[in-house]
Amino acid sequence: MFRRIGNWLEDRSGLGELIGPVMSHLVPRGSSWMYVFGSATLFAFILQIVTGIALSFVYVPSSSQAYESLKFITQNSALDHFLRSVHYFGASAMILMVGLHMLRTFLFASYKYPREASWMSGTVLLFLTIAMGFTGQILRWDQTAIWSVVVGAQQAGYFPLIGPALARFMLAGESLGGQTLSQFFALHVFVFPVLIGALLGPHLWMVIRNGISEPPKRGKPVDPKTYRDEYHQLLEKDGVPFWPDAAWRDVVFAVAMIVVIVGLAITLGPPHLAAAPNPTNLDTHPAPDWYLLWYFGVLALIPHAITPYVIIGGPAVVFLVLFLMPLFARHGERHPFRRPWALGVVAVVVVSIASFWSLATWEPWSPRYDAKPLSAQVIGNVSAEAQHGAQLFHDKGCIECHRIGNDGGFRGPNLTYVGNRLDAKELTWRIANGGYNMPSFAKILSAKELRARRPSGRRARFVSGRSLEATGRAPPGGRCPR
Amino acid sequence: MTDKPTSPTAEGGAPEHGPAGDPSRRTFLARVSIAAGGFAALLVGIPVLGAVLKPMVQKEPRVWRKVGTVNDFTVGKTVAVDYQNGSTKPWAGVTGRTAAYLRRDSQSQFTCFAVNCSHLGCPVRWEQSADLFMCPCHGGVYYSNGDVAAGPPPRPLARYPVRVRDGDVEILTTPLPIDGRVPPAS
Repeated sequence: MFRRIGNWLEDRSGLGELIGPVMSHLVPRGSSWMYVFGSATLFAFILQIVTGIALSFVYVPSSSQAYESLKFITQNSALDHFLRSVHYFGASAMILMVGLHMLRTFLFASYKYPREASWMSGTVLLFLTIAMGFTGQILRWDQTAIWSVVVGAQQAGYFPLIGPALARFMLAGESLGGQTLSQFFALHVFVFPVLIGALLGPHLWMVIRNGISEPPKRGKPVDPKTYRDEYHQLLEKDGVPFWPDAAWRDVVFAVAMIVVIVGLAITLGPPHLAAAPNPTNLDTHPAPDWYLLWYFGVLALIPHAITPYVIIGGPAVVFLVLFLMPLFARHGERHPFRRPWALGVVAVVVVSIASFWSLATWEPWSPRYDAKPLSAQVIGNVSAEAQHGAQLFHDKGCIECHRIGNDGGFRGPNLTYVGNRLDAKELTWRIANGGYNMPSFAKILSAKELRARRPSGRRARFVSGRSLEATGRAPPGGRCPR
Repeated sequence: MTDKPTSPTAEGGAPEHGPAGDPSRRTFLARVSIAAGGFAALLVGIPVLGAVLKPMVQKEPRVWRKVGTVNDFTVGKTVAVDYQNGSTKPWAGVTGRTAAYLRRDSQSQFTCFAVNCSHLGCPVRWEQSADLFMCPCHGGVYYSNGDVAAGPPPRPLARYPVRVRDGDVEILTTPLPIDGRVPPAS
């Protein structure tokens, strides 16, 4: 009975005829676990579509009400709470998988002939995925989200010529307002997913057309003249059908991924909702979600003078280099051990991102608004003037960037033992003049106050105490430690 | 991108040469179809794009908003104030408001600073005792007059037009100062 219905459907639709060859097409033997990340990205995307649609049943994309609906989703309904968690960890997984997929493709040089266009479409898909992440974070529409819109608009504003217009587009107006969230909702829910889908079609089709790249062999470079013939010979001699010989790994990995996502969603719950969105609440500290956090660190630490160029130029150059790379490296060795530069680039990029990322998790460059005044223990038994200096160290904000003992910020040098490095005159000079990352306090402090922060003696311990403030950040050379 | 599928599944593909008809007519019909389709796409596409992209050029009305009376502010003090934007969409809720820092310089003189750091737009924080604006995001610091004191900001804090009228302090609603430029009050 079912068979008859199936036969009828197949006769009228021919869908099996269409899909059959796709499933059974031959792939090179030895396509190992390294090849599962692309399909995992796809499964994560599907998971995002499903959970995203479900969330849209309850979410209210309105600048004034979205936060309330999010609170409802998070607090009042166990199932919606679960959905939101899964959607968040699914997004994280998708970004992670797309990164691994790209890393594998690059290390195996699978972007070479004839798969250049696969890589190029993949580059666009990567940026679209990040755009989905960013717009998704905005839909959370809390304090962090609205300020992220402002930060995003300000970044877009650095674009030459059309910067301000781009910024207005991001804000959907001249400043935050009623249209801002509606627009991000449209981008996140319609525009970007449709673009991803539209590119995913050709991206997947090209896998069928050009085949999965065979695992690289040392001393077997790609020669565009002979590659396709050799590939087909390889398949005929030693190929296995994609389904199920190769696909089972994709399935197992994707299932494991989804189990992990659901597990994390249940145990950790959805991402933290910051305070209600309020552009007049200035006690806020916006930061992007984890996958862009490292870039936030980059922007804090690059030399200030080149910042305006890097903000737009950096991502633009990265995109262009990635996008065009296969056109300039169409042939040659594929094995990573025969491509030391490629390995080096991967190592540098991975280490850099990891370093910026770990720094950005504690933001040493951010002033510590909440630093408490130095404790009596730290200040020690000193003259009244030095006591006054310690007070100024706190009141004048020095402590927000400098550390003495275990108190204070990290932007400037630790001043616990500054008395060992600088004498009173030098300290005064530094405090008064400031530096690259330190304000000049010449106009802020009176002459008397300036004196107060000077160490009265050379005793290293406290010197710091009062002096500290002074010290400001200015280590010789005037460069702020990171 | 222009790959022609080589799979044998296409039964319904247009034959290159049919049994009848002349090729020039066929070319003509193809061109007319493409042109007509393109026309229809533009007919709808241009207004659609226009609607979607209009925030890029649309100007919002600029309005003077009262933030208090002169006597609410102390000479030499900087405080945060807020007011309704020029845009009047009621569904903006609280996001339709803007904050600013207002300093009373003298009896009748006020200066109004944008709260947005000129680096990336994060809200700077006025530290009264330190006499500095500090930014939480990347450590930008400004003096009390808005000049850059330290850190990555490329420009001083933007200033919004502010005036005193009949004893009221009024700030002119102003677009977010993206590139630091603030259109003057007209």
